[in-house]
Formats: sequence, C-alpha cells, structure tokens
Amino acid sequence: MNAPNAFKVLCVLLVVAALPNAMRNASALEAGPPKGAKVYQVAIHNFAFEPKNLAVPSGAYVVWTNRDEEPHVVTSAGALFPSSGALDTGDSHTVMFSKPGTYTYYCSIHPMMVGTITVH
Amino acid sequence: MQNTHDEPAQDRRHFLACMAAGAGTLWLMKGGVLQARPLSDGKAATGDASFSFVQISDSHIGFHKAPNMDVSGTLRQSLAAIRSQAIRPAFVMHTGDLTHLSKPEQFDTLAGLMQEGQAGKVFYVPGEHDVIGDNGAEFFRRFGERQQAGGWYSFDHGGVHFVGLINVLNLKAGGLGYLGADQLAWLKNDLAGLSAETPLVVFAHMPLWSVYPSWGWGTDDSAQLMTYLRRFGSVTVLNGHIHQIQQKVEGTVTFYTARSTAYPQPAPGVGPGPGPLQTVTADALHRYLGVRDVRHVRGSSVLAVTEDVLA
Repeated sequence: MNAPNAFKVLCVLLVVAALPNAMRNASALEAGPPKGAKVYQVAIHNFAFEPKNLAVPSGAYVVWTNRDEEPHVVTSAGALFPSSGALDTGDSHTVMFSKPGTYTYYCSIHPMMVGTITVH
Repeated sequence: MQNTHDEPAQDRRHFLACMAAGAGTLWLMKGGVLQARPLSDGKAATGDASFSFVQISDSHIGFHKAPNMDVSGTLRQSLAAIRSQAIRPAFVMHTGDLTHLSKPEQFDTLAGLMQEGQAGKVFYVPGEHDVIGDNGAEFFRRFGERQQAGGWYSFDHGGVHFVGLINVLNLKAGGLGYLGADQLAWLKNDLAGLSAETPLVVFAHMPLWSVYPSWGWGTDDSAQLMTYLRRFGSVTVLNGHIHQIQQKVEGTVTFYTARSTAYPQPAPGVGPGPGPLQTVTADALHRYLGVRDVRHVRGSSVLAVTEDVLA
C-alpha cells in the first residue's frame, strides 16, 4: 500500500470513528424507503405508538407516521438512531436499522409515549 | 376544584347568565383556602391591591386546526382583555407553549403579537413545544431572562418572590416533566435567605403536581421541590400545559393550572388522549380560553386569583 492510499484509509477510519452512534446503528432517510425495501410501519395515534413493540430484521426500514392532530417527535433513548424533527399531522420519519439490538424510543414532547424496535 | 366555566355548558341561557355575571370568577385565597366570587363582586375586595399581574399560557402559535383556526386572533383578544383591566398589571407572565412547533417564524409571530398588544414586561418560561430540536436554544435567545445557564430565574416584585422554573428539558422515556438536580440545587440556595413570611410565586410550564401522570401531567422530581416550599406561609404555584383550570391546596401551597389562549384540552382521563378538544364550536371557544389576573394586597401574605374568559 503506497502512502497516499494509506492516508485515504486512515481518513475513512477517522470519519467512521467520528460518526455518532445514531449514524452507525441506523440511518434516517428524507425521502422514505427505496423500492423493494423491507418496510415496517408504526402509526402514532391517540398519544401512543402502534405497535408499541416492533421486531424487524436487520436492514429493515421503519416508518413512523403521525396520525394525531398533535405534533410528536420520535426520539431515540440514548441517541442510538436519528430522531425525527417535529412531526405534524401526516408527517413521517423513516429510519433504516442495520445493527441488531433493542432500541427504545419516546416522544420528546410527550415522554409518556414509549416504544421499542427490536432488530434481529 | 374546577371552575364551572371549564365544563361544557350546552345551555345558552346558562352561558348568557355567566356572561352577565362578568364572565369570570374571582378567587380569593385566605389562609390557604380559596373562596370563589363572581368577578363583579370582586372589585371592592381587591381595591387595596398593591399590584397585580396576569398569567397567560399555551398560545400555540402555528396551530391551525379545529377548534381554533386563528390562534393569533385569540391571543390578540387575551392581550386586549389585559389592556382593559382597571388596574394596569405590573407585568405579564407566559407559562409556555408560545409556539406549536418551535419554528422561527412562530416565535416571530408571538413576539410581534405581544409587542402589538402592548403587553409590556413579559416573563416567559418554555413549554415542551418551544424546545423541539434545539433544547430551547432559540427560545432562550429570544425570551430568556439570562440569569442562569439552565434558563431558570427569580425576581422580586412588591415584596413577593417569583421563581420561573424549566421542567420541559431532558425528559426521560416514560417520564413526566423534569427539573433536574442543578436547578433544584439553585432553587434551594435561591430560597435560603428568604423569611418564611415572604409570599412565593413559583411558575413553570408543566404542572408541578400530579394532575394526571398517565397523560404526562406532572413533574418527576416535584416532591424534592415541595420540600423547599413547605416552610413558607404562602406559596402559589402557577402552571400551564393542560389547557384548563385545575386547582389543589396542599398545606400553605396552592397549585393552579391556567387556560390556554388557543384551545382547550379534555378533563383528565376523558377520551383517548390529551389532544385538542375538537368538538368545541367556534362560537363557544372563547368560554374555554382566558387570562388569569393575580392581585397582591398590601399587608397580606395571600394573593387573590381571578379568572377571566375571553368574551
């Protein structure tokens, strides 16, 4: 390996190391999941996540959609996946989960609303 | 105890009777016990007030659904009601949820309406709707008192000590409102030098007592707060968040939650969740919205609390 290539590899490693946990476990998508992806829906309805607990395979996309008149904010406990912004009525938040584990999340403005995503 | 004006009154004659009586109830606090009187009877009783202030709450600028398509208009009406008070309030207190979604343009609108409405000095505390996405940075930049890094503050007016607390940040999954160890340590120190005779007014957005925890209507560490307040002879706790009047007396501490200037929410546990009460019709909405007037009477350690509906 010549010197410039080694430098590139080092740079990539540094960038990966600098990424927050949120980016390494999962990634958020502005446009929603791509065609053919494994997609799982979570409705936010009557101040609750439906289903409250969801099991998905690694690589699945989870889409939260706010069906309430009230805004909600999907927030990962411990910031393990990217949180949504304020979801107004009808707004969605999509996250692709890659790393197995159980991810607890809540609504940051109604923290009594709690759910989990378990990735196999 | 709940003000009868918060209960859905379908009877138009009852509604008109309420309007004729002054569209509000005067709350006189005497030795920790509240006495209710029609607003029209209250003028003599509060004629010797040394000062008064007004609480407004939950303006939710940016909300645009049933039952209120014009939250700016109803805030304007609330500010007009304040201007029409016989005794000019010393200041206005806004107990949070200025905006619906913490958007810069919503903060702009709120600030513009308060200026246009000649609200004068306004003391703000944030609601959870004001701190979305930035932990309140924009809120504190625009509306903060800049006394403490955490945003909480205190001040004195007319012999009464006021404390503005923040209980909408660092909320835990499954939890309620949260004050945190830093803020509680500051408060303990802030109150330490005060005599027990000093009237205290403590305000924050979320209820500092357990109104209905399963809807998030409470504060996780309020029990610790109470240990600092109990030695005082007169403590008034003012909150917003639940868009309706609820009250409780605990020793010398009286807890109140305020109406919203935007829309009502259901009574605790009534219906599937604490969303807007959408069944309220446009012509009845003003009965559920309002402002709160608090008067301090010189030589007395008690405060008189008046509720005004928008009419």
